[in-house]
Amino acid sequence: MAQTFSRGPVSGTAVKQDGKRKPFLLDLYSTAVGKKYVMAITGILLLGFVIAHMVGNLKLYQGRTGPGVYAMDEYAVWLKNLLYPAFPESGVLWLMRSGLIVAVLLHIHAAYGLTIINRKARSVKYQSSRDYEVANFASRTMRWTGIIVALFVVWHLADFTFGWVNPNFISGEVHLSVVASFQRVPVSIFYIVANIALGIHLFHGVWSLFQSMGWNNPRFNVWRRYLATAIATVIVVGNVSFPIAVLAGIIDHPAA
Amino acid sequence: MSIELDAKIPEGPLADKWDNYKEHEKLVNPANKRKFKIIVVGTGLAGASACATLAELGYQVEAFTFHDSPRRAHSIAAQGGINAAKNYRGDGDSINRLFHDTIKGGDFRAREANVHRLAQVSVDIIDQMVAQGVPFAREYGGLLDNRSFGGAQVSRTFYARGQTGQQLLLGAYQQMARQVGLGNVKLWNRMELVDVVVVDGRCAGIVTRDLMTGEVSSHSAHAVVLATGGYGNAFFLSTNAMTCNVTAAWRAHRKGALFANPCYTQIHPTCIPQADDFQSKLTLMSESLRNDGRVWVPENPDDTRSPDQIPEAERDYILERLYPSYGNLAPRDISSRAAKRAVDSGRGVGPLKNGVYLDFSDAIGRLGKSVVEERYGNLFDMYRQITGENPYEVPMRIYPASHYTMGGIWVDYELMTTIPGLYAAGEANFSDHGANRLGASALMQGLADGYFVLPYTISNYLAPFLNKPIPDTSHEAFGVAEQQARDRFARFLSIGGTRSPDYFHRELGKIIWDYCGMERNRQGLEKALSEIPALYDEFQKDLRVTGDGESTNQTLEKAGRVEDFFELGMLMCHDALDREESCGGHFRSEHQTEEGEALRDDDNFAHVSAWEWTGDPARPNLHEEALVYEEVQLQTRSYK
Amino acid sequence: MTTQNHGTLTNLTLEIWRQTGPDDPGRFVTYEIPEISDGASFLEMLDILNERLIEAGEEAVVFDHDCREGICGTCSLMIDGRAHGPQRGTATCQLHMRTFSSGDTIVIEPFRASSFPVIKDLMVDRAAFDRIVEVGGFISAATGGAPDGNLIPIPKPVADAAMDAAACIGCGACVAACPNGAASLFTGAKLAHLNLLPQGQAERFKRTEAMVETMEEHFGSCTNHGECEAACPKSISIDVIAVMNADYRKAKFKNRKSLSRV
Repeated sequence: MAQTFSRGPVSGTAVKQDGKRKPFLLDLYSTAVGKKYVMAITGILLLGFVIAHMVGNLKLYQGRTGPGVYAMDEYAVWLKNLLYPAFPESGVLWLMRSGLIVAVLLHIHAAYGLTIINRKARSVKYQSSRDYEVANFASRTMRWTGIIVALFVVWHLADFTFGWVNPNFISGEVHLSVVASFQRVPVSIFYIVANIALGIHLFHGVWSLFQSMGWNNPRFNVWRRYLATAIATVIVVGNVSFPIAVLAGIIDHPAA
Repeated sequence: MSIELDAKIPEGPLADKWDNYKEHEKLVNPANKRKFKIIVVGTGLAGASACATLAELGYQVEAFTFHDSPRRAHSIAAQGGINAAKNYRGDGDSINRLFHDTIKGGDFRAREANVHRLAQVSVDIIDQMVAQGVPFAREYGGLLDNRSFGGAQVSRTFYARGQTGQQLLLGAYQQMARQVGLGNVKLWNRMELVDVVVVDGRCAGIVTRDLMTGEVSSHSAHAVVLATGGYGNAFFLSTNAMTCNVTAAWRAHRKGALFANPCYTQIHPTCIPQADDFQSKLTLMSESLRNDGRVWVPENPDDTRSPDQIPEAERDYILERLYPSYGNLAPRDISSRAAKRAVDSGRGVGPLKNGVYLDFSDAIGRLGKSVVEERYGNLFDMYRQITGENPYEVPMRIYPASHYTMGGIWVDYELMTTIPGLYAAGEANFSDHGANRLGASALMQGLADGYFVLPYTISNYLAPFLNKPIPDTSHEAFGVAEQQARDRFARFLSIGGTRSPDYFHRELGKIIWDYCGMERNRQGLEKALSEIPALYDEFQKDLRVTGDGESTNQTLEKAGRVEDFFELGMLMCHDALDREESCGGHFRSEHQTEEGEALRDDDNFAHVSAWEWTGDPARPNLHEEALVYEEVQLQTRSYK
Repeated sequence: MTTQNHGTLTNLTLEIWRQTGPDDPGRFVTYEIPEISDGASFLEMLDILNERLIEAGEEAVVFDHDCREGICGTCSLMIDGRAHGPQRGTATCQLHMRTFSSGDTIVIEPFRASSFPVIKDLMVDRAAFDRIVEVGGFISAATGGAPDGNLIPIPKPVADAAMDAAACIGCGACVAACPNGAASLFTGAKLAHLNLLPQGQAERFKRTEAMVETMEEHFGSCTNHGECEAACPKSISIDVIAVMNADYRKAKFKNRKSLSRV
């Protein structure tokens, strides 16, 4: 990405020294298009998680299934014991968790790598203001919505998984922790803001992954935008409803 | 210098000449080709295709373009298509018919053998371009589509939307780029030829100026090919790109290459008229518009009504009236003159009264707007963008403009100029179109020269020089030429007058257009020959070039090109004055029939006028190459 | 856009980027255009300014331009923050002053990307595009051996789609407009043109790999903003980028031996 000039004839530009290539996957990942595939594939995994997570949390609305027994807590136990006894207790859960951790790390690493490439690609910035025609708020703020979501995930784990910042954390009593946490208005606001950021991130990300993977068919292209809008909307509406429902008293817990 | 014009036409019947030539030419062994270096200047259709093919054969090729990339060359702007005698329509086309059409279209002023060869290789061009991935228009069955063009009664024009030139140039450019990538072509961009160097009577190389650094340097080679286009920008306003110029051809001319038929310039009838004095160039719209548009002007010169208010009875459909059988589809030169006469009679339309209407209201009424839109939508959009007028509602205004130059550097059958080792290809040479070029033939000729002619003929010249040293750039002739070039550009910078090069170009263009344009006469040409030197004097005293010579300086580049146009302009007028007849693009008002048609004089002017530089632009030296027709019967062109 | 042909704009202010060479930091310089016909093209306005500058003894503004009919791809310019100016689907040379209004301030900056270094003023070097073509943007077909043009029928929709992509004029507006300085639209257009045609199949995957990897040596990456498509004077669709991404994936995963892909 040189900004220098060399005068003189150009010749032999396609004759490359056949240097040793890296192992296939690393070689692929070293290209920007390869990184975009990683963004798209890890994005699909994370999207699956986000959808499942939202759907699972709808159990909050079910409240109690028996005296002192909450649907949410039962769901948590089910998750822990998924495919037990074929797999050890929490085995599948941790398998999925590690998959997610790897996906998140790759997603962030690829994004970081692409950002560096793109910064280098325009070392001298435009000196006058740009007038963007179609690049939308979502596409231009992916980095920022991504960072907000990442910070939120850290908080979220500290709140509900480890309980470090939860006022009333008892392992296994998920319903209680949720209600206890969301009754703090600032926390709910942070949760809502983060989920709107997630929605914006998905609005561009879901559409974008089709392009990155080269899934393109004029017959279906218009649906890519619709799909992205629908997924983003469902996720945001679903997730944002939880703190609002807690604050409105629709979801509650006597111990909170 | 005594010059013998030997066209080196091969023996045998016309149809066998090219095969005979190929059988008897001298060849260079494949392993020896790499010992020869060939310089190609210009990277349009002719230049890029020559670079690609010569490099494929194994020659060392050095390509020079003054653009940033070879792909910018003005071949890219050709819209209509490319002719080839494929006879895919089964409508009676053949090599012989294409040959006859081209000779007749050129008003019997082209060299038979060259034209026949062009028609022969036209067939290979299409195959070659298809193999390279040029997306020619196809029919639903997947086979190549054709359209018809003026001056032919068969459908033999292949096209890629309205961008045929672009697609063909990109095809040739890609083949050239492949050779650059492989290391067989050395590509120099933003380098302008400023001189041709001749040592011991042979072309030894060129001198260039780096447009980014101003550095003047020399490059030697066994042979040099000029594929540097035409000189239509001598008129200032033309459909050529802004940087099209005659400099390379003119520098070669000054070093001994004869310049042939400079007065043969083609005027294209369907251009958008000039809108203002500051206008920088004219835009051409495809001639196909005349298939459905009707050309008219008001009967009354003082009519100020808007066109839709002028009743049928008060309109003069000039082409339909003058040429009832061809009507609005009369050939380019004839339609152009009819428009000029209407404007000259004061009946021009538009704010400057400098155009004629091209009216689609009948076509829209007959076919419906959607059909017209489908056929001409992109042209209508282009017109609207430029003029701000909607041609679906208001008739278009058109006027002829300089478009192509049939004249150029004199070359023999091998495309060699009168300087041994210096070749000219494409529009830069004069060879194939006679006094008028048919539509869709320019692309054909450029590619024929570069792909299929030069690669054969050049080995015939090179073979005897195997393992013999050639003068390199340390030879004093290069040093002298370099110093002259440096002095020349330093001179432009030091004049310190008051006017920009563009000012002089515009003024020069007006003179050439007025007196050596669509219609010429002795009085006008003599006037031009007194006005041009006067303006040239002023140029040398009052030119102002700002900036320096050590970095990009477009003003300085322009000054050099304008100076060459001054000398060329004089030669155009000399040639037009000498040719006491009317033929093709050259119309002398003294030589016309009672109906105002061109009157040829085959007894006295069936020859190529090749001009020699004498050091004084006012006194060029004329040589004649007689045109001998073995196959063709000379006849009067009639499109009545 | 008005349909009036001969109006006049007054009191235009131009903020033009002036830079004496690649090493000069450069700056905006203000020029006044007291009066200009609205029928003038944008570049003719610059011509007039330049003629005025030359006659006043100042150096003319350097800018790239040539055919002035939107096909050669030589002209460039960021005008008011948009590549090729405010009008969609056209190059700068096709922009006319009637698009602007009296009293406007127009900001003119060169295209910017690390691989488009500024040569002088508004002129940039776009040779990196040639490097991408040189490694694979062609069908290897040496002169002379081509079969008959009608030997391989090409369905009209395929020929049309290839032509849509081949319309690219190589101006670099896609790179200039892209927030990432990516050349994916250019490379994608070249690849879509050649990879769609039957003639292009033999080298399809070799070509794709070589061109994408050369593109990445010079340019940024696509993050699917779509700015390139909006800036493209030929309105080439970003579908070609999806085609490129799909073919690169295939190029990487295809069985090298059975496809004898080098």
